[in-house]
Amino acid sequence: MAGHHDEFIRLEGKIFTKSFFVLLALVLIGFFFIGVRYVKGIGAVSNMSDGYPWGIWIAYDVATGTAIACGGYAVAILIYIRNHMKFHPLIRSALLTSLFGYGLAGFSVVVDLGRYWNSYGFFIPSRWQINSAMFEVALCVMTYTLVLVIEFLPAVLWSLENSRGVTIRKVADWLHPRLVPDEDKLASGLEWVRSSAAWLRPRLDKVLVFFIVLGITLPTMHQSSLGSLLLIAATKLNPLWHTGFLPLLFLINCIYIGYAIVILESIISASAFKRPIELKELSGLSNIIPWLTVIWLCVRVGDLAYRGQIGNALKFDFYSCFFLLEFLLIAVGSMILFSPRMRRSPRWLFITASMMVLGGALYRFNVYLIGFNPGQGWHYFPSFAELMITVGVIALELLGYQVLVKLFPVLPNPKHAAHGGNGSSQAHADIPHGAVHAGK
Amino acid sequence: MSKQTRRTFLKTIGLGGATLLATAGGVCQASEQMGVNNEALGMLYDATMCVGCKACMTACKRVNGDFGSLSYEKAPFDQDGLWDAPQDLSGSTRTLIKLYKESDSTWSYVKYSCMHCQKPSCVSVCPVSAMTKDKQTGIVDYNKDTCIGCRYCQVGCSFNIPKFQWEKTIPQIVKCDLCKNTNLKEKGICACAETCPVGAITFGKRKELLEIAHTRLKENPGRYLQHVYGEHELGGTNHLYLAGVPFNKLGLPILPENAPAEFSEKIQHTIYKGFVAPVALYSTLCFIALKNQKKQDTNGHAAADGNHGHGEEHK
Repeated sequence: MAGHHDEFIRLEGKIFTKSFFVLLALVLIGFFFIGVRYVKGIGAVSNMSDGYPWGIWIAYDVATGTAIACGGYAVAILIYIRNHMKFHPLIRSALLTSLFGYGLAGFSVVVDLGRYWNSYGFFIPSRWQINSAMFEVALCVMTYTLVLVIEFLPAVLWSLENSRGVTIRKVADWLHPRLVPDEDKLASGLEWVRSSAAWLRPRLDKVLVFFIVLGITLPTMHQSSLGSLLLIAATKLNPLWHTGFLPLLFLINCIYIGYAIVILESIISASAFKRPIELKELSGLSNIIPWLTVIWLCVRVGDLAYRGQIGNALKFDFYSCFFLLEFLLIAVGSMILFSPRMRRSPRWLFITASMMVLGGALYRFNVYLIGFNPGQGWHYFPSFAELMITVGVIALELLGYQVLVKLFPVLPNPKHAAHGGNGSSQAHADIPHGAVHAGK
Repeated sequence: MSKQTRRTFLKTIGLGGATLLATAGGVCQASEQMGVNNEALGMLYDATMCVGCKACMTACKRVNGDFGSLSYEKAPFDQDGLWDAPQDLSGSTRTLIKLYKESDSTWSYVKYSCMHCQKPSCVSVCPVSAMTKDKQTGIVDYNKDTCIGCRYCQVGCSFNIPKFQWEKTIPQIVKCDLCKNTNLKEKGICACAETCPVGAITFGKRKELLEIAHTRLKENPGRYLQHVYGEHELGGTNHLYLAGVPFNKLGLPILPENAPAEFSEKIQHTIYKGFVAPVALYSTLCFIALKNQKKQDTNGHAAADGNHGHGEEHK
């Protein structure tokens, strides 16, 4: 189920580029403040308070970051459940982004946790508290990160099989000439790595489908639970956002953000790495988004109407403005995406996908921070240090992506796509319209 | 990509969606009243009797200081640290007296501390059972040895009671535990109620406290607002209030009668009942994915003769 390995290629090019060092600088600044946080306490770097106990580390890094990392989830549904193999070339880069998004969300949680050394309690059944949505989210996210690693493993194994140990030698030489391993030792070591990778890969391929399906089940669970987390804040979260439908809304939200982010990522990496855009696949993806958002908007508006909140939504006060902004970004973006002509234009694909990601992310921000009001006298705006920690985490994500696509075969192989396009034209021909229509 | 697959997929999605919808709908309609434990321990604070001497604050800090990791709080003007001047409940202060002033003749003191809810949100949301509610005494207690410091209890609490030690390298949550581990254990009464010189804080079982409160309301109708705060708020609390001015002016929010934890738990329980839904989802998806894989394989065999078809890996 790993697909053909010539479907993906390793990007040729230098690792230490200018953007590498810019991102590295941001990462280092972020880590400096993380250091301060561990020495002097959370209050030393953050503006969080007893009224706003969750700041941007949770609202962005966890709640929004994992939604942005749902590309792997959304594309996997399409490929393995809807059986659209033509999207397979997109899967690895989507998985890699997911891996980073989830891994770093977990990392941010550890920065955010006040008593992180007690986290082992999640593995002690007597401490489990199954009423807590956070318990569910925590276990699910940990498992999913592991599943993502396994799903990404074929790419790593391929690289190991084909490695010649040049990099190891170079790095060792750079550290200290005496560390360079001698030829025989290196050769035998490499032989061992290569043979075990070759042994593992076909076996992994056989069982991979079970992990892939687990990788679809787990996000379904924890993304809806991310919505459930705020169900408890009945007296604090503005009624424009607090509803029993939070889990459902969060679930649909993460899927359309997932497709939109795959589109954005493909267009950006195409322009950054000067590669052709996979336009056919992307416009196919973009066709799915408006059907999802229409369902989402219907639930959203229907629920507001049912609870008699439409008046509040159109009041044009602070909360209403944020609601309308979120609503318009999604609604207008969907309208544009209903037009097949727009879906074929890379520029409009980029614009609409950005609107979807922004609107979807704003929804999550509204639920976690903007619509959250603990009572009089409490205010929250992130501090500089707090922001820089989040920026550092994002920079680390971009940095890792940039480096890993050069180490492992992640990006779609343009030659293969062209070839495959002719070869299996039947599978390609009539995908977007009827199929997606019926599916969503 | 056959019709069959699409139908199965639709079914799956429909099933999941329907579960979520049914859950939300069900909760909206029926919110059953849970049993209230009137034998639980609690406090009745009578704001009309309080003289604002803050002896309760001092006693609380003296008794619980070491066990509860409390410390004295300096005011900004107080270079020598002669005062203990907390501005609000905080990571160093479990209970606090404030003064509400409407005019020269209308004012009221108010005391804050944990409400010890009948259905506490903090206990419901804590992922590692660091917040617990004693079944008999009804005391909501905090255990720092299991707490991971996620602060979900703070998000959940409608009264903003749990406080976090933001300034500490090794922080913890601070909240009233009715002197469970200190004064209550030694003397059978919490320190604030024991110390109060004017009897504004009554300690006892919820049943008795409610009786006392209603007697006072009946005997002195002019003195009080005719409402026992905490009797029904959020499904009832064990810390009850009487006052002569509106409670929301004293910083006690106007709250509905159902506990938010009932609402959220019902949704969570319906989705995850017996872990059936996730297992069903996983098996259905596995079934579909395996079927698709098989189809890919057959297609691959056919196509592999001529060119690079899909699925050649799986021969």
